[in-house]
Amino acid sequence: MTESNVIETKNLSFTYGIGTPFEKHAVKDVSLTIKQGEFLGIIGHTGSGKSTFIQMLNGLIKPTSGTILLNGKDIWAEPKKIRNVRFKVGMVFQYPEYQLFEETVIKDICFGPMNQGLSEADALKRAKEAAFFVGLPENLLEKSPFELSGGEKRRAAIAGVIAMDPDVLILDEPTAGLDPMGRDLLLTQIYNYHKERKNTVLLVSHSMEDIGRVADRVLVMNKGEKAMLESTRDVFSKGYELRDMGLKIPQVTHIMQKLKLMGLPVDEGTLRVEDALRQLIPLLKKGEQK
Amino acid sequence: MSFIEVRDLKYTYNAGEEDAHEALKGLSMDIEEGEFVALLGHNGCGKSTLAKIFNGMYVPLSGSVKVDGLDTSDEKNQIQVRRKVGLVQQNPDNQLVAGIVEEDVAFGPENLGIPPLEIRERVDEALKAVNMYEYREHAPFKLSGGQKQRVAIAGVIAMRTKCIVLDEPTAMLDPRGREEVMETIKKLNREHGITIILITHYMDEAVQSGRVIVMDDGKVLTEGNPRDVFSNVELLKRHKLDVPQATELAYKLKNAGIDLGGVPMNTLECIKLIEDYIK
Ligand SMILES: Nc1ncnc2c1ncn2[C@@H]1O[C@H](COP(=O)(O)OP(=O)(O)OP(=O)(O)O)[C@@H](O)[C@H]1O
Ligand SMILES: Nc1ncnc2c1ncn2[C@@H]1O[C@H](COP(=O)(O)OP(=O)(O)OP(=O)(O)O)[C@@H](O)[C@H]1O
Ligand SMILES: [Mg+2]
Ligand SMILES: [Mg+2]
Repeated sequence: MTESNVIETKNLSFTYGIGTPFEKHAVKDVSLTIKQGEFLGIIGHTGSGKSTFIQMLNGLIKPTSGTILLNGKDIWAEPKKIRNVRFKVGMVFQYPEYQLFEETVIKDICFGPMNQGLSEADALKRAKEAAFFVGLPENLLEKSPFELSGGEKRRAAIAGVIAMDPDVLILDEPTAGLDPMGRDLLLTQIYNYHKERKNTVLLVSHSMEDIGRVADRVLVMNKGEKAMLESTRDVFSKGYELRDMGLKIPQVTHIMQKLKLMGLPVDEGTLRVEDALRQLIPLLKKGEQK
Repeated sequence: MSFIEVRDLKYTYNAGEEDAHEALKGLSMDIEEGEFVALLGHNGCGKSTLAKIFNGMYVPLSGSVKVDGLDTSDEKNQIQVRRKVGLVQQNPDNQLVAGIVEEDVAFGPENLGIPPLEIRERVDEALKAVNMYEYREHAPFKLSGGQKQRVAIAGVIAMRTKCIVLDEPTAMLDPRGREEVMETIKKLNREHGITIILITHYMDEAVQSGRVIVMDDGKVLTEGNPRDVFSNVELLKRHKLDVPQATELAYKLKNAGIDLGGVPMNTLECIKLIEDYIK
């Protein structure tokens, strides 16, 4: 274990409903290391164990077997201190709208920081910053969370976790249900926050385009197992294998791979539209002159 | 007469109270029987509100909505309207009520008074259509996000309504699951003539519909066939929407002086256009 690993899992497994007819091995024997400051994308078919896996990382559920080291320490060494792990490893759940329960949106966002022991004034300051960060308009802050639209609720829930300023931020499908601009904005903001704070971010997403834009490395889960953990480029160069696992590659990567096969001198590992344009514009312009 | 006729529809939450919120601000549209319409628009523009009006859960504050000729504001039409328009709600957990998956799927048809034997058949068929048959005896709350979503869709398929409104049905699905749901929807539309209204934030799904209606702040902004609507990249972006990456690439190439001579809706079309351009 080197200093640069923030999380290390060893033979991590989780089984739901042990001893019942519905026993389900949701996560099987996953060993990996997550580097301090990296942006890790997590993809996998529905039911592949992504949510179960990340919930173990912040101590919300206890592994059936295996260990999790956070900064080199076994998080379950002292079960009574597991709450501290949850402050360090902040998690935005899938369907986070169920985490909203306070009278007003702003109180909801303040809940986490207050729990961490911040004064009301400090918590409010953090909450307002977080609300701004996720693009939640001021005029909604005094509303009841139950009166928000789907996308607005999502933003409120994310703000609540960001307001806690965790070292490791885990987001489970944070952009599902956001309109394209909201999605783009949130993704950019998470990315910038990560660059600025140099914290570790784990992003679970079914959008290959989103993962392609922001992740340094990608963990691919398949039927509860770790199927790949490689650079984003390398993962998305394996289109056929991904397809077999119910996944895809970003549209732009697909286009560039096909153009490469047609003989154009382009990078088949292109992950963003901007990068594709940078290559295609000079190439196609040249073609014009011929 | 169209299958659904919306005329100058207004809807306000908490009407008359201090926290009143006007969600629909005078909106008109027609949806024909057998159409496949994609309904787009920014968060909070009123899509889900409209969906609930379509199936009679909410009634217009002013203006009118007619479903197959039935005025939805008239209370005695309510049951009839629900038999015609099935709604897969935005959040599947709201919809999953029973302790076992197959009971959950049976819930809708039971409420419509369908005989038990036929329900059995419909439930099996619907679960197979969404690839959840092997989970029929599981508890819904123990399913993954995507699995729940598919069970919710099965519940509405089993009601065999003339029209199905799906409120962001693929939000939690993996790429294959999304393709499967899109195939299921298209099949229901094509082979069974079911009118489909698909609410989505995924532009690559919207391009597969027959007509796109774009809403903005409680009103209809624009509508038309997908190729026309998605050619207007600037308009969409101004209203918080987007286009598929393949469309965006071609659009930005055009801005850089490279006109591929078409608006691709997907990767294959885009590759073809570039191939032709080079030749
Ligand atoms: N509380 C539970 N009890 C029993 N089984 C469960 C429970 N929660 C999840 N499972 C099962 O464990 C498996 C993994 O579920 P998990 O939620 O981790 O998947 P996921 O990769 O996050 O899926 P999705 O992309 O749909 O969110 C699934 O087969 C699911 O049915
Ligand atoms: N129960 C409610 N009480 C008060 N206001 C509400 C309620 N439900 C929705 N609203 C408000 O009405 C507007 C329209 O909401 P609606 O849920 O129809 O939006 P939407 O287009 O479906 O958005 P999204 O894409 O986020 O799901 C929003 O501004 C929302 O805040
Ligand atoms: Mg999940
Ligand atoms: Mg909605």
